[in-house]
Amino acid sequence: MSEVKKIATRESYGNALAELGKEHEDVIVLDADLAAATKTGVFKKAFPERHIDCGIAECNMISVAAGIATTGKVPFASSFAMFAAGRAFEQVRNSIGYPKLNVKIGATHAGISVGEDGATHQCNEDIALMRTIPGMVVINPADDVEAKAAVKAAYEHVGPVYLRFGRLAVPVINDNEDYKFEIGKAVTLREGTDVTIIATGLPVSEALGAAEKLAADGISAEVINIHTIKPLDEEAVIKAAAKTGKIVTVEEHSIIGGLGSAVCDVVAQKAPAKVLKIGINDVYGESGPAKELVKKYGLDADSIYEKVKAFV
Amino acid sequence: MNKLELMKTANEVRKGIITAVHSAKCGHPGGSLSAADIYTYLFFEEMNVDPADPKKADRDRFVLSKGHTAPGYYSTLANRGFFPVEDLTTLRKTGSYLQGHPDMKHIPGVDMSSGSLGQGISAAVGMAISAKISGDSYRVYTLLGDGEIQEGQVWEASMLAAHRKLDNLVVIVDNNNLQIDGPITEVNSPYPIDKKFEAFNFHVINIDGHDFDAIDAAFKEARETKGQPTAIIAKTIKGKDVSFMENQAAWHGAAPNDEQYAVAMADLEKVGEALCQK
Repeated sequence: MSEVKKIATRESYGNALAELGKEHEDVIVLDADLAAATKTGVFKKAFPERHIDCGIAECNMISVAAGIATTGKVPFASSFAMFAAGRAFEQVRNSIGYPKLNVKIGATHAGISVGEDGATHQCNEDIALMRTIPGMVVINPADDVEAKAAVKAAYEHVGPVYLRFGRLAVPVINDNEDYKFEIGKAVTLREGTDVTIIATGLPVSEALGAAEKLAADGISAEVINIHTIKPLDEEAVIKAAAKTGKIVTVEEHSIIGGLGSAVCDVVAQKAPAKVLKIGINDVYGESGPAKELVKKYGLDADSIYEKVKAFV
Repeated sequence: MNKLELMKTANEVRKGIITAVHSAKCGHPGGSLSAADIYTYLFFEEMNVDPADPKKADRDRFVLSKGHTAPGYYSTLANRGFFPVEDLTTLRKTGSYLQGHPDMKHIPGVDMSSGSLGQGISAAVGMAISAKISGDSYRVYTLLGDGEIQEGQVWEASMLAAHRKLDNLVVIVDNNNLQIDGPITEVNSPYPIDKKFEAFNFHVINIDGHDFDAIDAAFKEARETKGQPTAIIAKTIKGKDVSFMENQAAWHGAAPNDEQYAVAMADLEKVGEALCQK
């Protein structure tokens, strides 16, 4: 088996911004002293006059981005998910969401795969927070290809967008010519008839690995990648519920309020089916190498396989 | 506008505030009245705005960081011609575009939605940064309450404004000395306000916020100030020109009943008449 290319989606974010900056003069990037970590340094180097480092003051950065957006430019406000969605939630809600301003929030270091920094920096609540804001688009790309496409789509979309990226390098799974990114459109990565695994972000590739193992046991698992959590592709969920009647959601996020909850909202109201939610089980993370944590918290292919097998 | 005209206009703005808040049966008259002269000077003298084209690209921007004093903002915009003065009586009512706090999506002349304290100044900083990036000549003004500067975000924004040498930005603090819970000195004193902004590398001007000569001089000085933002600390009287509201924290966020409304309007008529004698 050939070596799988791995890239962290935060890298994709920085690279996509640098490309966008070349094409569009109205792209402005803001950081809160984390340009090296959010990978926006590439943009900063290419367009220093359009990069605003706000220092360690995320709440201010979010409202500054809102002010910039009122003048017609397209700001990408970057920080860790913990601070962009967590610390600055009210600024996002009132300064960006309520006036429906054209601000893009680039939130990196989401989830437990932050690794050694531990629980204070591992945000497993951001999707829940962001999807409650009216008009907010919430995108959680699974790999480099999807992340870059998401940044471009976010630029083209008029209105607030929350983009979620990871620190850990993840396998590139969408590197094929017919890959097409559309906000709010689920992508079926593997056909199956016994159970549907709906995953988002980092665990998408792990879900594919789990499906492979399930197949060896004679269980046919459909794998759907939901990169846009809001607006959710309800049709894809309803179709899956009708087709397999068993849905497993997988996310690197709390099982409260994230993809699993969004899917349950649809299933409970429009297409009753059994649902198993796999994610962070209402606990804080901890320090450790990212890969070990992904395994410990049950988001690796083996853990997903075990849970799906027991569920089916 | 000459000084007398500005004073007469401010008197009309104050009448609009009382009318709006009385009609709404709630709202924030105290800080609206204290800032009425500043509002008036900004929209009738200082700022490049056009009621016929409220979104024109080169307009000067205003952000009401102390968004709860929307009645003062709305009354000023209405008197300036952005929307009918009669609409002020719809303030805070279901279906009205005159929301309890400024809503940029629906109110002509409002450049930024605000109300959650501390955020407006940051948005103003963003607008000023944007102008610097693209070489636009418009200026940005933001009005803060003296209680509002207890919010940490105000100082995050101030640090960035001075760091980026935003001489196209003017921060005005309506220093009426009262907040909801009482005098700012008793709640959590932000004094010395001028020294704080000086320490944050602002050019600071202390004025009597009801003296149009002083207001005029301050905004002219701000225009001439290069390489740093200006903070105008305007000493004001909360509830100004309404006898029973002056210097009373209780009138921060309360509406006059019919009887009080009559007294308030009579007070303002008296001020107006005195101006006509001049």
